[in-house]
Amino acid sequence: MDAADKKRLLREMLFARRFEERCYEAYVERKIGGFLHLYPGQEACVHGVMEAARPGHDYVITGYRDHIHAIKCGTDPRKVMAELYAKETGCSKGRGGSMHIFDVEHHFMGGYALVGGPFPLAAGIAKALQMQKSDQIAICFLGDAANNQGTFHEALNMAKLWNLPVLYVCENNLYGIGTRIDRSTAVVDQYKRVSGYNIPSAQEDGQDIEKVFEAARKAVDHVRSGNGPYFLELMTYRYRGHSMSDSNAYRPKAEERMWSARDPIIMLRDRLIEAGEIGKDEYKAMDTAVLDEIEQGIIRFAESSPEPRVEELEKYALAEDDVWVRGGIG
Amino acid sequence: MAEMMYWEAIRRAHDEEMANNPLVIAMGEDIGVAGGTYKATQGLYEKYGPERVMDTPISENGFTGLAIGASYLGVRPIVELMSVNFSWLALDQLFNSAAKVRYMSGGQLSAPVVVRSPGGTAHQLGAQHSARMEKIFMGIAGLRVVTPSSPRQAYGLIKSAVRCGDPVFINEHELMYNMKGEVPDDEYFHPLEGSEVVREGRDVTLFGYNISVHWALQAAETLSRNHGIEAEVVDLYALSPLDRDGIRVSVARTHRAVIVEEAEPAVGVGAEVMAIINEECFFELDAAPVRVSAVTVPIPYNHTLEKAAIPNAGDVVAAVRKMFGK
Repeated sequence: MDAADKKRLLREMLFARRFEERCYEAYVERKIGGFLHLYPGQEACVHGVMEAARPGHDYVITGYRDHIHAIKCGTDPRKVMAELYAKETGCSKGRGGSMHIFDVEHHFMGGYALVGGPFPLAAGIAKALQMQKSDQIAICFLGDAANNQGTFHEALNMAKLWNLPVLYVCENNLYGIGTRIDRSTAVVDQYKRVSGYNIPSAQEDGQDIEKVFEAARKAVDHVRSGNGPYFLELMTYRYRGHSMSDSNAYRPKAEERMWSARDPIIMLRDRLIEAGEIGKDEYKAMDTAVLDEIEQGIIRFAESSPEPRVEELEKYALAEDDVWVRGGIG
Repeated sequence: MAEMMYWEAIRRAHDEEMANNPLVIAMGEDIGVAGGTYKATQGLYEKYGPERVMDTPISENGFTGLAIGASYLGVRPIVELMSVNFSWLALDQLFNSAAKVRYMSGGQLSAPVVVRSPGGTAHQLGAQHSARMEKIFMGIAGLRVVTPSSPRQAYGLIKSAVRCGDPVFINEHELMYNMKGEVPDDEYFHPLEGSEVVREGRDVTLFGYNISVHWALQAAETLSRNHGIEAEVVDLYALSPLDRDGIRVSVARTHRAVIVEEAEPAVGVGAEVMAIINEECFFELDAAPVRVSAVTVPIPYNHTLEKAAIPNAGDVVAAVRKMFGK
């Protein structure tokens, strides 16, 4: 990772932060409906991991906190925002919403709302890649609380059993909605839990993107080299509540202050300033440009896009004009 | 046309589809080395190897989800869930992932998995091995549900299901794997929608599906022989979507309907067919439709009690005679 990469990543993470903050505003303005789970605080996780992988080439799947994962894979952020605005131009044509961002063209295989649901789906994607003798891998990003689902254990067992090319990334933000990890989980260090399946694992600081990148590089190399699954735990923190309907009253203020002092964007920014790679004014200009892009390019696109047509309500429930439905003699 | 058993027909469909497309795989508990609890995958492990005939751990939700994920990338998995009673464990992945992914991705992604599973009551298997779950599956948008009543259908429905772009649940029956029947020698793809008139009659329509088609046919013979009533028997092999037209056309012909189902009556096939009759052809009716259903109890172990809980051809005859006042 050279200086240019770091500057690019700084901009990407800043963009992710501002994008999510703008989602918050749009939600308050009732432009976005339903549930909304935001990513601020955790930016170094997906950016560091995907920097070590091949975005748009490797297959990514995740839970409901999914906007930034899609964007990092290459999804046009205008299409993500339009999806949140429930528009026909959204990446899921307004049928999915915040929790169901999909972009198959960029190999982003979706956000799923059932906690732990993607574990076996990721293993299945890896099974398909293995059958097709592909050099691609499957990467599954989920939170710590998902590891208390049966799917975690079932999928890890099968992934190891069949040596599947899948990287499980656990973004451990210490809370399952409002329940702190030590109140829900017998073993707090998540990377230790996979030793029962003989899967190699590591725990890393999820706020320092350079550390995330190094840990992810090792993990991705392991999986891509045909050595089977790997589990990477990244210690991180979300600044907002679980979703917009979460009052976020359960976390001590001192804890929040401690984590915001280790903000992934500020840490990288200060490091680059110290190294003379970026000036304070340049950073400010970067921020202004990001905000401008979001407002002028992204929000405007979402606002001005058409809604889906009610006449197409039933479209996409089943395949259209599938000849095999009619049967016949082969 | 060769005669073969239901399990042999299923096995043949697997074999042909696996030979046709290297991305067709079979998965399930004991289906590989052991050849399958009902022999439906016998010999395939030896022929296609462990990568394509996968003995899974006992993790129904996990391996069903794995099959769904693989189907995203072009793999066509045929999953065997050893019993519908165990399929409860896989409903999360089937309903939340497979059935919804096309819609919630705006048509970008689909999960063309085939999930086969035997249901029904057999011989004293007890409450947790005797469920009839078709009612659960047929109420889910985005999922096709079919249920073969013969080896021909068992063969042809799998063939079409493997190639169809939608997830398909195939509801088989514990008691039918050794049933014999004719299957076309040539490759045959059974429609995944529609219904079949398996016996023509003018006086009353008996709607059945899967094993209850056979009870209806037996009852129709008795009614004809002993009571002068000619029953039409309609096989609703497609439970989702149900054949509204087929139901309407038959009732418009006979003006009377009896639905025969192996499951408890509440929110079941009988209830749904009655609703369709109401909506499609109420004024064609000469009598209120009747359903012949199971008793609403967990299925008992005791053989006498078990038999009393499940309908049979005699119950169908009695229901029709009552309808005719005979």
